[in-house]
Amino acid sequence: MTSSESFDVIVIGGGHNGLVAATVLAKGGRKVLVLEAAEEVGGPARTQEFFPGYRASTAHVLNRLHPDVVKALGLSRHGLTFARADLASTALISPGRDPILLTGGWGEKIDGDVSETEKQAWLAMRAQLVRYAAILKPFLARLPPGLEGMSLSETLGFGGAALALKRLGTEDMRDFLRMMLMNVHDVAEEHLSGNLLKGFVAFEATLGSHLGPRSPTSLLGLYYRLTGEMAGVSGGQVVPKGGMGAVVAAMRKAAEAAGASTRTGAEVSRILVEKGSAAGVRLADGSEVRAPAVVSAINPRTTFIDLVGSSELDTGVVRKARAIRMKGNVAKLHLALSAVPAFRAPREALAGRLVIASSSEAVERAFNPAKYGEFSPEPVMEIVLPSLSDPSLAPAGACVLSANVQFAPYNLKGGWETGKPAFLAAIMAVLERHAPGIGRLVRHAELLTPADIEARYRMPGGHWHHGELQVDQMLVNRPFFGAERYATPIDGLWLVSAGSHPGGGISGVSGLNAARAVMKGRG
Amino acid sequence: MERDIAMTTQPATRRAAQSHIEAVRLESPFHPRFAALSQQNDWYSWAGYKAPHSLWDEEMEYFAIRSQTAVFDISPMVKYRIEGPGAEAFCNRLTLRNVAKLKPGKVQYTAWCDDEGHVLDDGTLFRLSASRFRLCCQERHLPWLLDSAIGFDVTVREETEEVAGLAVQGPTSCAVLKDAGLAGVETMKPFDIRVFPFGAGEVTVSRTGFTGDLGYELFIDAASALPLWDHLFAAGKLRGIRAIGYTALNRARIETGFIVANADFVTAEHAVRADRVRMPDEIGLDWMVDLDKPYFNGRRAIERARREGTLKHVLVGLEIEGNVPAEHAIVYHRKTKEAGLVTAAIWSPTGKRNIAIASLERPYGTRIVDDLWVEIYALRELRYQKLMKRAKIVERPFVKLARRTLTPPGDF
Repeated sequence: MTSSESFDVIVIGGGHNGLVAATVLAKGGRKVLVLEAAEEVGGPARTQEFFPGYRASTAHVLNRLHPDVVKALGLSRHGLTFARADLASTALISPGRDPILLTGGWGEKIDGDVSETEKQAWLAMRAQLVRYAAILKPFLARLPPGLEGMSLSETLGFGGAALALKRLGTEDMRDFLRMMLMNVHDVAEEHLSGNLLKGFVAFEATLGSHLGPRSPTSLLGLYYRLTGEMAGVSGGQVVPKGGMGAVVAAMRKAAEAAGASTRTGAEVSRILVEKGSAAGVRLADGSEVRAPAVVSAINPRTTFIDLVGSSELDTGVVRKARAIRMKGNVAKLHLALSAVPAFRAPREALAGRLVIASSSEAVERAFNPAKYGEFSPEPVMEIVLPSLSDPSLAPAGACVLSANVQFAPYNLKGGWETGKPAFLAAIMAVLERHAPGIGRLVRHAELLTPADIEARYRMPGGHWHHGELQVDQMLVNRPFFGAERYATPIDGLWLVSAGSHPGGGISGVSGLNAARAVMKGRG
Repeated sequence: MERDIAMTTQPATRRAAQSHIEAVRLESPFHPRFAALSQQNDWYSWAGYKAPHSLWDEEMEYFAIRSQTAVFDISPMVKYRIEGPGAEAFCNRLTLRNVAKLKPGKVQYTAWCDDEGHVLDDGTLFRLSASRFRLCCQERHLPWLLDSAIGFDVTVREETEEVAGLAVQGPTSCAVLKDAGLAGVETMKPFDIRVFPFGAGEVTVSRTGFTGDLGYELFIDAASALPLWDHLFAAGKLRGIRAIGYTALNRARIETGFIVANADFVTAEHAVRADRVRMPDEIGLDWMVDLDKPYFNGRRAIERARREGTLKHVLVGLEIEGNVPAEHAIVYHRKTKEAGLVTAAIWSPTGKRNIAIASLERPYGTRIVDDLWVEIYALRELRYQKLMKRAKIVERPFVKLARRTLTPPGDF
């Protein structure tokens, strides 16, 4: 059965990148259909009820929604605006002492239980890191360099980055190059003396990756974080009103206002390829929708291996697609609490982000077991209480706790079925130390291991970024060489997801870049 | 399916499946017979096997191919068993020619490429049944084949050591096989496969070969190799059956214009230098590339190269004046500008002319075909004599024998 309706472009997957690409293409005059397998768009950014009256989304902090994306989609017209006043703080909490409070763009201001010398050391280090991240920032907005030739404007763009580097001055440039592939632990040691700040930097750099703070190149994760901005502030973060679901709702509205059609509950089972070119898709129900361009906003491995299939691909492409490293290492905890837990932090800080990472060593020790397929007995985590920003997410007086917890290896030794209760107990023990009595407030706990994230959001390995965001899987090697500029070996098939350049986080950059490539007809 | 992939992607399992790596120099199942006949004791390594260059006299061995029956051991040829409901689709994606057109009981001469369209090897694909194939080739490819099998309902296994093979070639070869009791062998057409009972088992015969002559290739369980040999030699005694080595076979194959991997072109996985790899169109295999069939490995790259005109080389047959073989001679245009290299050359005893296979750099061999010369260094009693000889591009095969394809063959 073939749908009688015809489209110029089919977008597979209604995650944020799919919605961004669909909007840009529809605004460019293309007739676009977005097919989402789930009943709702948004992927892990969608807000779901996890216990009667309690709602949460797996992605819970917005820290890199790209200004170009906001502009291109006209998101402000769809109810999504961010001002400096919306920026959320980060509180570094520990039992028995007041927190250190980082406000503005990634600790532009630092307060709380911290000495004056340490404050100055923090501000100096932060300024240096933000300055260096700014050099890398353009690389993450544009197409990755084309090794087989680039347009003049692209070449000039990279020339601009070289110039910015030169403008740093000799000493700073040397330090930039020295630090590039360093580990975050050593960098923190060079600047800071307090454990809590070092622990925070270590946590921030390794969140979402299979790296410990002492792993080579772990600083890159922090640079990646700092290339993000919110409300025009580098390193800024927002806990969105209405939950992350409001962000994707605005994106869906933008897509539909631009003329794109969205169909949910529509699982694609095959990308149709005819004479080497994409011709449309087949859905799980057997029906077909045809279009000369197919934009896959889902995992790149799934796209090639499951939806295209080996018979239309070269062996080397199959090898590369299967070799993308993407084993998630973060678990997601949702707690339905009967009241706001007693974290030791001021009320306004509770509405921001709380980080539990007592030292860089603590993060490293939490990572160690993950190397051998075991979860951290003393996990580190970031916590958000989204219902404090949006009371509609929980019943009156009650509270939602949303936490990213590391480390939780995808392939847990012994399996997650037995491992999950033990890991939950370990997490609760840490929480109890930081918010005494929290255990008694818990009405329901939902712990999503990488295996659960994989199943729920169709993200292989349960990996946030559809591929480890490490130096060997960045730029021209993301998702792999040969598909790095959104175009694929199959004519008319394009890749759009966190698995493509530049990578993960709710930024929409790959959606924007890819849509522009589709309209130009080349990557 | 998933389990099979897991099994075959384990390095240790793959290593165990390539046991030839363990052996210093393997002996073919026929080796005792060759060793007994060898008067030269001149062995070389063919894919890790001890194989004869020559056994008694290379001239006489050559003439055994062209006027009697020559027996050449092809057991060292690398053989893969490809089996399963997805075998046809797998082979079709792997190789250049259309495997859907290859009927059970037929053989296809074919080649396969990497993603960049560079030839990994050429070989023969035997379709033993609807769902079972045997791929015979020069180089080993198990890792490539296993990775190419991902996503297909097929198993791939190396069977080089299990299957013994003999090429039985020459004008009297059909008669010898008839005398050996292979009833009806004379009705086999070129590229036919047929199974005959032999002893308690069977022997698989194809009308194929590397000599350009009437000839057959016999495949049998390694355990039955020696009884088959003894039976053939007893049956062929009066028809002049002789064992031969590679030097004689090489002459016959050059006369036929056949190419040899890693002699006339460097296979993609062996090439160290980036410009040594070759696309099918650069080694005379463009006729294999079937653009009407479904996708096959390297197709996009080949189509792009054709479209953008980036093909750099071309393989040609040369006829060279004089009678000195021009092996590995440099080819010149107007005696000055280098145009390529001779990869194989002999004085053809059957064609009575001086022939060569050469790889030329385009446009030589495509647009510029005149005024070509080869520079031959003839070593004559410890002194090189440099000869600049005129070369003419000619059609391959250099020697075309009607008996190669005649069915039924003459009963010599």
